[in-house]
Amino acid sequence: MPSTDSHGKEESVWVPAGTIEQIPVGQGRCVLTGARQIALFRLRSGEVYALDAVCPHRGGPLAEGLVGRETVICPLHAFKFSLRDGRGLDNDFSVKSYPVELRDGNLFVGFPAGDGPHTVADGGA
Amino acid sequence: MGRTEARKRKLLVIGNGMAGARTVEEILARGGAEQFDITVFGEEPYGNYNRILLSNVLSGTQDPSEIFLNSLNWYAEKGIELRAGVRADVIARPHKAIHCDDGNWYQYDNLIIATGSRPSIPPIAALRRANGEFRPGIFVFRTLDDCHKIAEYAAKCRRAAVIGGGLLGLEAARGLLNHGLAVHVVHLMGHLMEQQLDPQAAAILRRTIEAMGIQVHLKKLTKAALGDDQVTGLAFEDGATLDCDMIVVATGITPNAEIGSRWGLVTERAIVVDDHMRTSDPEIYAVGECAQHRGRVYGLVAPLWEQTKVLADQITGTNPDATYQGSKLATKLKVMGVELVSMGVVEPDRENEDVVQFMEPRRGIYKKLVIRDGRLAGGIMLGDVSKAAYLMQAFDRDIRLPDEWLSLLFDTGAPTAEVTFAEMPDSVQICNCNGVSKGTIVRCVGGGKRSLKSVMETTRAGTGCGSCKTLVGELVEWACGGRVEDDPSVHYYVPDIPLTKTELVKAVRDRSLKSVSAVYQALADGKDEPAGKPGLASLLKIIWGDEYQDERDARFINDRVHANIQNDGTFSVVPRIYGGVTSPAELRRIADVAEKYHARMVKITGGQRIDILGIRKQDLPYVWRDLGMPSGHAYTKAFRTCKTCVGTDFCRYGLGDSVQLGIKIEKRFQGIESPHKMKLAASGCPRNCAEATVKDLGAVAVENGWQIYVGGAAGSTVRAGDLLATVKTHEEVLTLMGRFIQYYRENARYAERTYSFVQRLGIERVRAILIEDCEGEVARLDREVEAAVAAYRDPWLERSKPYEPTQFAEAGRVENHAGEFAADAVH
Repeated sequence: MPSTDSHGKEESVWVPAGTIEQIPVGQGRCVLTGARQIALFRLRSGEVYALDAVCPHRGGPLAEGLVGRETVICPLHAFKFSLRDGRGLDNDFSVKSYPVELRDGNLFVGFPAGDGPHTVADGGA
Repeated sequence: MGRTEARKRKLLVIGNGMAGARTVEEILARGGAEQFDITVFGEEPYGNYNRILLSNVLSGTQDPSEIFLNSLNWYAEKGIELRAGVRADVIARPHKAIHCDDGNWYQYDNLIIATGSRPSIPPIAALRRANGEFRPGIFVFRTLDDCHKIAEYAAKCRRAAVIGGGLLGLEAARGLLNHGLAVHVVHLMGHLMEQQLDPQAAAILRRTIEAMGIQVHLKKLTKAALGDDQVTGLAFEDGATLDCDMIVVATGITPNAEIGSRWGLVTERAIVVDDHMRTSDPEIYAVGECAQHRGRVYGLVAPLWEQTKVLADQITGTNPDATYQGSKLATKLKVMGVELVSMGVVEPDRENEDVVQFMEPRRGIYKKLVIRDGRLAGGIMLGDVSKAAYLMQAFDRDIRLPDEWLSLLFDTGAPTAEVTFAEMPDSVQICNCNGVSKGTIVRCVGGGKRSLKSVMETTRAGTGCGSCKTLVGELVEWACGGRVEDDPSVHYYVPDIPLTKTELVKAVRDRSLKSVSAVYQALADGKDEPAGKPGLASLLKIIWGDEYQDERDARFINDRVHANIQNDGTFSVVPRIYGGVTSPAELRRIADVAEKYHARMVKITGGQRIDILGIRKQDLPYVWRDLGMPSGHAYTKAFRTCKTCVGTDFCRYGLGDSVQLGIKIEKRFQGIESPHKMKLAASGCPRNCAEATVKDLGAVAVENGWQIYVGGAAGSTVRAGDLLATVKTHEEVLTLMGRFIQYYRENARYAERTYSFVQRLGIERVRAILIEDCEGEVARLDREVEAAVAAYRDPWLERSKPYEPTQFAEAGRVENHAGEFAADAVH
């Protein structure tokens, strides 16, 4: 169940998003948190990032994209997005990004308290 | 005088001709009205007009009002003080002030001299009266007033002589012709317009204008004007005379540079300026025909436009890096209705210059191009300027010309893209994948992106299928005017690792880097650029073979799940059907699978295979299991298919067993990865129903053997393959194809198709290496490809042994699917 946590900068709702092992190193996977599909990315450096799962360009699955240190490339048309903030790097689109916490191998995605995970994201599947 | 931030600088412009006025416009366009109070001094009592069109006024085809560029109102609207009919006579540089013939002194912070030029008058006797004025009937042709006077006087005349067979003289002659006069053009040189034309072109032009009623007299040095007060004719050095009742002198121009030399600015033929258009006094600029830049004085309008831009960039501080580098001279004009383009060198003067020439005197057409090192050094187009737009751009911007020169002069069927950039509307789509138009690319270049890479990154042009990349490159080069920035990173094999392929291979070997992450760790501080990963993986696999350490994050999604991702995130499944030969049982299984997994479409592919489309990722392992067929590799950079015709099995024309050859080829090379995909074909006779000559590799049966073609294509690019060799047996075909494949794997750039690879090397070189063994590599290549063949493993076997637990996890259900993917074990 979602729990409110005060570790985030603002009040966030932290939602479990499976275990880190499910994401192969250097790749992304799409998880359903509440009603929202989130793309989680596990970098070779150990960092984990969370973005909305759907590319705003033509709905490509971002979790299937190639991932580098700070970038994911959508597999459909190679639009690039920053993993840190979801900003389009070679385009004017952007996707929402979320804070992620790793506790004992379990992942939690932080949603703003007023924008909980049960709200279906725009363009979400 | 103290200067405060609030006070605007005082800018004076001497000269209200085309240069002066245009400079003011350029300054205003850069927000100059905020910085400057501008006063313009013009000798002529008008606003600013287009001097180039004066001949139209003279000929009566345009009204004077039509040639005004800026009316007097314009100056008022823009807050510019125009002193029309006022002449500046002193520049007091120590006081930063000028004195004018209206008796006033004007202060300046900056001064622009744009005094232009005046007609130069040759030493001809009896042109003037004692008081220095021209005698009645003698005119120059420079200003609107000159036009009026000539037109007025022409009404009383029957015969006019124009001294000077250059551009201006012919323009004057045309004007006079329209006034109903018999017109003679007298020219000192051996042919007309010697600045712009070679003798052949000039002869054709002469013929054309003489047909209009103008008589041309060449090699005539005019000695004197005849007549007492009124003009009655001309006398020449050779003793001949010519009757006429009016004379227009049009023998060239002299820069109005005296104001510079007299008041201490460095002046030679004209006022000397630097690349910023500054004179020797840094507060004073000069522009246009009164300015001399790097020893040259320009009398044409295009260089003037370039100069005004630089001057405005500099004086407003908009672009302190702006420099004027001099202009290449290209003119497009109409001489007596004859269209003419002339640019650069019109006579080849070096051994390495080629000339392309076409002449059709009867129709008044002449075309000539002087080509140096594949670029246009100059040329002439007379009578037909339909190809001029591109050629003038190519000349001005030093663009590399296409190899085929005929189409430079004529439209030969479909023009090549290169030939039509200039004429191409901005709306034309260049990149059909991403919908990027010519205009978008040109604007992007205009916005400062001057390399192919930066333009591709910004506009996405060329980043789809990549087939337009060459075109985008040419367009960028064209739009940059040949001044493309050489972005060293375009030579890198992958972004972020500053090494070419050769350097990278060496580093990888020397440091024994066997995985993609190891390469990034060692050569890029761990900064792994995602776009570079698949290319690097491909290279490492070829370098290390079995020793390559596979990392799935270096693979594109297709290569992680062995299927081709579709626009809705589902996948397409193409099972291996060797040689395109299937069976009823196989077809039944395929049909069952398509139904069971709700395929959205079942489609025969271009390569004679069956594509099951719309399969969900999580179903892939089950689909493969149910099919019981190996992967057809329709999703990756690898050997794809070998298309066949029925050959000797059934066809009454068959010469060779293409079906069996195709099956052998496919069994041998299936799954072999390469820089890009390889599509093959085998045809049983030269009718070539399998289209083997437009495949990456193709075999065509001929009497007693097989022809092997390489480097063909019939996709986004169409190229007929080159004949590599003709051999006797299937086995020889397999050997040679394998050798080629290995050579391609080792030497092509990542994502370079064979059609580009073979074209780049040339088939002679490919033959020399693969057939004649000029590099002694054949035995090794054969061994390497054998090893690659032996290492083949059907990737679809991962259905029962997934590489990673969540390899085929359903989107959004990762956590529930771990460990569930041994497809053969479930069900």
